[in-house]
Amino acid sequence: MEVPEGLKYSKEHEWVLVEGNVAIIGITEYAQQELGDIVYVELPEAGEKVVKDDAFGVVESVKAVSDVYAPVGGTVLEANDALPDSPETVNDDPYGDGWMIKLEMSDKDDLKDLMTAEEYAEYVAQQKGEDEDEDDGEEEEEEDEDEKK
Amino acid sequence: MFESGSPGRTGFFWPEEAGPTGLPQELLRDEIPGFPELGELEVLRHFTRLSHLNFGIESQFYPLGSCTMKYNPKVNEAVARLPGFSLIHPLAPPALLQGAFELLFGLETALAEIAGMDAVTLQPAAGAQGELAGLMLVRAYLSEKGNPRRKIIVPDTAHGTNPASSTLCGYDVVQIRSNDQGMVAPSAVAKVMDESVAALMLTNPNTLGIFEKNINAIADVVHSKGGLVYLDGANMNALMGIAKPGHMGVDVLHINLHKTCSTPHGGGGPGAGPVGVKNLLRDYLPVPRIMKSGNGYELREDFSKAIGRVRSFFGNFGVLVRAYAYIISLGSDGLAETSRMALLNANYIRRKLESVFQIAYPERCMHECVFTDRLQQKRHVSTLDIAKRLLDYGFHPPTIYFPLVVSGALMIEPTETESRETLDAFIDAMTSIAREAEENPDLLKTAPHSTPVRRLDEARAARKPVLRWEPKRD
Amino acid sequence: MRYTPHTPSDKAEMLREIGLSEVEQLFDHLPAALRDKAQIALPPGLSETAVKRRMAALAAKNGTAEDWSLFLGGGIYHHAIPSAVDAVISRSEFATSYTPYQPEVSQGTLQAMFEFQTLICQLTGMEVANAGLYDGASAAAEAVLMARRLQEGKHRVFVSRALHPQYRQVIATYVKNLVDVELVEVPFTGRGGIDPEFLARQVDERAMCVVLGYPNFFGVIEDLAPIRALCDRSGALLATVTTEPLSLALLKPPGESGADIAVGEGQSLGVPMALGGPGFGFFACQKRFVRSMPGRLAGQTVDSEERRGFVLTLATREQHIRREKATSNICTSQTLCVLASTVFMAMLGKSGMRRMAEVNARRAHRARERLVKEAGLAPVFSGPFFNEFVLKAKGLSRLQERFAAKKIVPGIPLAEFYPELQDCLLICVTEMNEEEEIEQLARTFGEG
Repeated sequence: MEVPEGLKYSKEHEWVLVEGNVAIIGITEYAQQELGDIVYVELPEAGEKVVKDDAFGVVESVKAVSDVYAPVGGTVLEANDALPDSPETVNDDPYGDGWMIKLEMSDKDDLKDLMTAEEYAEYVAQQKGEDEDEDDGEEEEEEDEDEKK
Repeated sequence: MFESGSPGRTGFFWPEEAGPTGLPQELLRDEIPGFPELGELEVLRHFTRLSHLNFGIESQFYPLGSCTMKYNPKVNEAVARLPGFSLIHPLAPPALLQGAFELLFGLETALAEIAGMDAVTLQPAAGAQGELAGLMLVRAYLSEKGNPRRKIIVPDTAHGTNPASSTLCGYDVVQIRSNDQGMVAPSAVAKVMDESVAALMLTNPNTLGIFEKNINAIADVVHSKGGLVYLDGANMNALMGIAKPGHMGVDVLHINLHKTCSTPHGGGGPGAGPVGVKNLLRDYLPVPRIMKSGNGYELREDFSKAIGRVRSFFGNFGVLVRAYAYIISLGSDGLAETSRMALLNANYIRRKLESVFQIAYPERCMHECVFTDRLQQKRHVSTLDIAKRLLDYGFHPPTIYFPLVVSGALMIEPTETESRETLDAFIDAMTSIAREAEENPDLLKTAPHSTPVRRLDEARAARKPVLRWEPKRD
Repeated sequence: MRYTPHTPSDKAEMLREIGLSEVEQLFDHLPAALRDKAQIALPPGLSETAVKRRMAALAAKNGTAEDWSLFLGGGIYHHAIPSAVDAVISRSEFATSYTPYQPEVSQGTLQAMFEFQTLICQLTGMEVANAGLYDGASAAAEAVLMARRLQEGKHRVFVSRALHPQYRQVIATYVKNLVDVELVEVPFTGRGGIDPEFLARQVDERAMCVVLGYPNFFGVIEDLAPIRALCDRSGALLATVTTEPLSLALLKPPGESGADIAVGEGQSLGVPMALGGPGFGFFACQKRFVRSMPGRLAGQTVDSEERRGFVLTLATREQHIRREKATSNICTSQTLCVLASTVFMAMLGKSGMRRMAEVNARRAHRARERLVKEAGLAPVFSGPFFNEFVLKAKGLSRLQERFAAKKIVPGIPLAEFYPELQDCLLICVTEMNEEEEIEQLARTFGEG
C-alpha cells in the first residue's frame, strides 16, 4: 500500500501536503480501499471556514458513507471541482488528481498532531491487525444488505 | 414499456362523451409526453415477462433473517378483495363502516392480547412509522411530566430505522455495544442511563436471533431513571404464546404485520406497523380512535393529549384485513404453534450448518441464526459471494452483512411455513457451496451464473444516476 | 395445523437432530416468569370456510360503492380499475417477493419501479421521482422535511388551509418535535384557493417553503403563477400536493408551473379505496435535489456482461446505511400499490388517461350546474375545479335520512373540518357516477 513520504497523515486517514501556509488535503490509499468504489464526493466551497477535526466533506461508496475530517483548520481556497463529476478519481489517484481541498491554514501548530509517512504506515498496519487477524486487508467491499421493515 | 406500442393505442375503452369539460383552456396541458401507448395484451405480456425475472415465496425459499418471509395465505387475499372491504370510502358516514370498525377493533384487541399490551393503534403504515409514532408517544408523555429529555439509547444490533426514527422525533442517539454473548447487558445500559435519556429501544429477540433474557432487569434500570422501554417488535414471530413483551417491562412496541401476521411483502410494501402501549401511554395514542358505543362503533378525536395523526384515514386497512383473517384462522393454538415451529426450523438449520459455517454467537437461537464467512475468508470467499452463489441453487440468500456487529454476517430465518424437506435442500446447497469455496472459489466470486442478469454495476448506477427512461437521442 | 407443515415424526426427528426431546425445550432458557403467562386468550383457529364466513359477515355490514351512490372524494377516489391490474399484482412473483436488495433476482420489481418513476415524472412534469412513500399525507410531510434539509437557516413553512385537513395534521405531527420548523397557516379566499395577499405580506427570506393542494381539498385548481413569483423573490421552495393525480392528465402539471417539489397520493391511479389504504405517496422534485430525497430509487445500470439492468441506488441517503443521519426513516415504497398504478397507467396510456380525466371533469361540471340550477344549492367558491366542488345546502344535517333512504351519500360535510363552512358539502363526481345517479342526487336535494 502506498504511503508517500513528505506528506502528513491523520488518524482519520487524510493526508496533508504543506506548501508554505497552504495545505492540500485528500484521503489516503487505505481510506479509498476501505470505502470501495467511490460514487460521490461533497466538498465545501471556496471561502468557507474549516475547523480542525470537524467534518468538511463527505465521500460515499455504494453502501457506505464517510465524513472527511479536517486534519488542520483554515479557510478553503479551492475545492477540487473535478471530483463531483468523476468521483472515481479518488480511487484511482488518491494522492494526486484525487486531492480534495486547498486550505489557507489558520494555525500551523495544527500540523504537530499529524503523523509522518512512517508513523502512518505503522498505524494502518495496527488497524488492520485489529480488523482481521489472518487476512491481508484485501477485503470485499461490505454490502450493507440490511434492513427490513 | 416506453419503447413499444403505437400512437393512439390504449388498453382502456370508455365511450366518447359529448360536451365541454367545463375547464378553461389555459389551465389544460398538452398530451402527456412519453406516456405509454399499448394494448391490453401488450401490457399483460410486459408485466408477465417482468414477473418471470423475480423470485417470490411461492417459487423459492426466502430465508431472509429479520424479514420473516413466511407463506402468505390465499384466503387472506380472497377476503381482502371482498367489495365490503375494498370498495368502502374512509369519509363515508360511520353507519356505512360498522363492519370495518368492528374488524379494526377486533384486531386491536387481538394484537394487544398477543403482545400483552393494554391498547393498540393500527394507524402507522409500516414498522418505521410505528417506531416514529411510538417515540412520539414517549416524548408526549415525558413532556407532560415536565421534560421530554434528549436521548434515546439504541444497541449496536438495532435496525437502522431505530436511530433514524429517533432523530426524526428530535432525539439524539446513544449507541451501546452488545456483550460477547450478543446481548445487551444491564450494566451497559446503567452506564449511559440518566435523567437525560427518554427511552431505550430494544429488539427482542434481537437481530442476532438471541433472546435478551435480561430484559426485565434492563427495563428496571431504565424505569428507575424515569425513562421508558420501546420494543422493536420486528421479531414477534418468535414470541407468540412463548413470552409476551407486556411482561418484559416494555412500555411501547410496534409489530410488523407483514412479518408476523403473514401479509405479503409485495416487493417492498405495503406493510403495517401497529403500536401497542401500556396504560400510561394510552391517552397519547394517535386519533381518531375506534370506540365501542352502544351496539356499534364510533370514531373519537376528543383526546387532548393525543400526538395527532401520523397517517391519513385508518392506516393500511387492506393489510389489516389480511392480518385479521390470519389471526382468526390460526387462533390461540395456531399462533403458539407458529412461533414454536419457527424456533424448531431455525434451530434445525443452525445445528445442521454449524459444522460448515462459523456460528456468530454460541448462545441458543430463537427464530433465526447468524453465521459468518470467517471459515470461507481463508479462501478469500466472502458472504456476498456465498449469497450470490445461493441464487444459482434457486434459493434467495439470507440477510447479509447485518447486524453490523457481525463481520460478514449471514442471517437465516427459515420461518415456520417451510417443510423439513425444503430446509434439508437448503442445508445441502449451503454445504455444497462451502465445499465449492474450498475447491473452486472463483465459481463463487463470479456468481450468480444462472440468473436473468449477472452482478450489476452498482457504482455506475450511483455515479451517474439514470432514474427514469428517456427517449433515445440520435 | 394451518400453514405449518410439520408432522409429529418431522418434529421428533428434527428435535433429535438438535439434541432435544420436546419442543418446549427450545425456549426453556427464557425466564419462567415470562413463559408461564404467555398463553394467548383468543378463540381457537377456524377452517378456511369459517374464516370466509366471518369475514363476509363483517364486509356485509359496510356500505360499498357497489350498493350506494357515493359522491365522495376528499383524498380517496372511486375509479374504474382495469381487471388487468389485479391480474398482474396477484402474481406471486410480485406479491410475495421481498424488497429488491438482490437485484439479480428482482429485475421485475426493479424495472417496474423504474417505469413508475418515469410515469410520475411525465405526469407531474418533474425531473426525478422516487419509487413511492406511505401515502399522500406523509409525502407532504416528507416534502417539508426535505425543504428543511435544503433550506438551512430558514424555518417558516407556509401551509395552505385549503390543503387536505388530515395532511395538515400529519405535517404538524411530523414536525412537532423539530425546533427549527414553524408552521404558518395560510387562509383561503372566496376563490377557494390560497390567499396570495396573505403570502405577499408574510413570505420573506425566513420562508422555507409554501405547501398547497393542486387541486386543493375543495377541488379548486390553484393559480400557481403568483405563488411561484413570491417564492422566487424570497427563496422559498414551492411544494404542491395532489390528492387526485388523475387530474394531472388534463391540468397543467406542477412542473410546468414551477413547483420545486410535487407530491401526492396515488390511490386514484389503480388502487381500490379500501377505507383509504393502502395506497401510496408519490414524491417528485427537481434533479438538483435528488440526494436529499426520501425513499427508494431504482436506477439503470449494466451487469458484468454489459446487459441493461436495474438496481436500488443512491441508497446512502437511507436509514439502513446512514442511520440517524438518513434523509428519512422510511423503509418501504408501498411497492405492490405502486405496481398496480404502473399497470393502470400503462393500460390507460396517453389517450386513456386523458379520456378518463375528461369524463370526470365533464360529469362533475354538469352535476354542479344541475345542483345549482335545479336543486337550488348555493355555490361556495368561484375557482375552477376538476372533479370535486363545494356547494352549500341549507339544513344539511336534516337531509341525511332522506339520502340514506335512497342509498346516496351526497358528499363530505365540511363543517367538521372547517367550522366556518357550515352546511357546506364537498361533492365528488367521477366516471363511476352515472348520469341517473347524478339526476337522483339533484332530485333528492330538490325535494326539500
